[in-house]
Amino acid sequence: MSGAADPESPATESGERAGTEGATGPGAGTTPPPAPVVLPVGRHGLLVELPGAEAAEAFHAEVLRRRAAGLLPGITEIVPGARTVLLDGLAEPRRLAAEVGEWRIPPLERGSESAVEIPVRYDGPDLPDVAGMWGVTPEEVGRLHAATTFRVAFCGFAPGFGYLTGLPEQYHVPRRSDPRTRVPAGSVALAGPYTGVYPRSSPGGWQLIGTAVRTVLWDAGREPAALFAPGTRVRFVPEGGTE
Amino acid sequence: MTGELHVVRAGALTTVQDLGRPGHAHLGVPRSGALDEPAHRLANRLLGNPEGAATLETTVDGCALLASAAAEEGGGAPGPGHPRGALAGAVVRGIPCAVVTGAPCAVTVNGRPAPWGVPFRLPAGSVLDVGPAERGLRSYIGFSGGVGAEPVLGSRATDLLSGLGPEPLRDGARLRLGSRSSAGPHGGAAAAVPDAAPWAAPPGELLLPVVQGPRADWFTAGALRTLLIGGYRVSSASNRIGLRLEGPVLERARDGELPSEGIALGALQVPPEGRPVVFLADHPVTGGYPVIGVVPQEALAAAAQAVPGTPVRFTPVSG
Repeated sequence: MSGAADPESPATESGERAGTEGATGPGAGTTPPPAPVVLPVGRHGLLVELPGAEAAEAFHAEVLRRRAAGLLPGITEIVPGARTVLLDGLAEPRRLAAEVGEWRIPPLERGSESAVEIPVRYDGPDLPDVAGMWGVTPEEVGRLHAATTFRVAFCGFAPGFGYLTGLPEQYHVPRRSDPRTRVPAGSVALAGPYTGVYPRSSPGGWQLIGTAVRTVLWDAGREPAALFAPGTRVRFVPEGGTE
Repeated sequence: MTGELHVVRAGALTTVQDLGRPGHAHLGVPRSGALDEPAHRLANRLLGNPEGAATLETTVDGCALLASAAAEEGGGAPGPGHPRGALAGAVVRGIPCAVVTGAPCAVTVNGRPAPWGVPFRLPAGSVLDVGPAERGLRSYIGFSGGVGAEPVLGSRATDLLSGLGPEPLRDGARLRLGSRSSAGPHGGAAAAVPDAAPWAAPPGELLLPVVQGPRADWFTAGALRTLLIGGYRVSSASNRIGLRLEGPVLERARDGELPSEGIALGALQVPPEGRPVVFLADHPVTGGYPVIGVVPQEALAAAAQAVPGTPVRFTPVSG
């Protein structure tokens, strides 16, 4: 319960594994992937652990297809994590647990989806620090960040908060050693393999590199309420036309 | 009827609750909803409401509400009177009614005793006082037509973790009541009203069945034994997010944290300090501390009524 106050706090933290195995993605497929590990969650749930973030994304897509086809009776929640998918409310979790290893999971199709575009000013207070860690100028941080197509790997911490992956490993940065007591809403921030946008003001320890403008990440009166859902493609568009 | 309630005494924590908003965890949205869900459902059944109609969930010391004139349903016998006594078996159509379930407590309307667990009339201008819980923690106040807050993702529940839904009640605040017709298909039906609602008194010991996993392998064999024989007690730091426990720490077999993963309702998460937390309705949807076991949902209503200091015993069950 302590983890809810901040996306960088331990209870919502994601480790390094999620980002590191992205490197195996493009060439994967020539060898059979390791079978998923299926763990029990109460009487009606399963936690399916995949070898990495790419496999978890492909598995999640397959779960959504099977639900749409009516093959997952009773299911109430499908919650992706960094390299897991939680399935809850299953009518027959044991039967499904035995079957999951046999699923044929097609590789992800890349590039065809449209991306949500987030206008951003790269004016964050940690921009100089991040530039130092990246070994580039502050201006270059924004250019490199905006040139990346991100994907919402999973959500958590707060309604509308997505953990976005896509930055190459050499641009992963640690959290700040001295978290801020207040991070303004709309802050675009980095931590580990992730980029996030704070949907509302909160304490936080991520590295702030910019500010999303004209963007409401969460609006309960909107359909859909959340701009980011697992699998959503995201691009950051610099304000002021640096491109 | 589109009546109003004025909050005379909000109590320690009184929130609007229903069956919550399951199915949105992947967007970072907790399930929320009544912690003692059977008590919430019962309140609605006693009133002829659909079970998803919103009720008020009190904590420890109840609350007091003034029914505004608008709450009187047109055409109903207004009756200046005191709604003393039950309307058990009576036709409640046309008369605004309320019922209190969950933690047993003294109930009065305009200072006169009203029944617990049985619907009673709530005429315009009357003050409903729901007293401190005599046993348990959380009482549920149902109203014919339900509480009419604006739904968020299909639910009127107050989610204290993420701030969705209506604010907790404050002294002086106003609450809208829903209309019977808008409450659902059974809206106008004065269904069979029983004479009294049974309520099992909370036992002196909270027994929680637990299905081991998904991350039991992150703990030593000794920790798994400790969980079952450890002599835990409910901590006063418990809330709608989780039932915190006092007792021995659970020793980890490995250090570090997990990459964030989805967490189920009832998960027994073990933070670094080592004492397990049973996640309740407003729990975070993802987290990185290992979950040693999961308490089936059916057992969580009892957890919601366990006062601080209650002994807790976990019993292993198979998935």
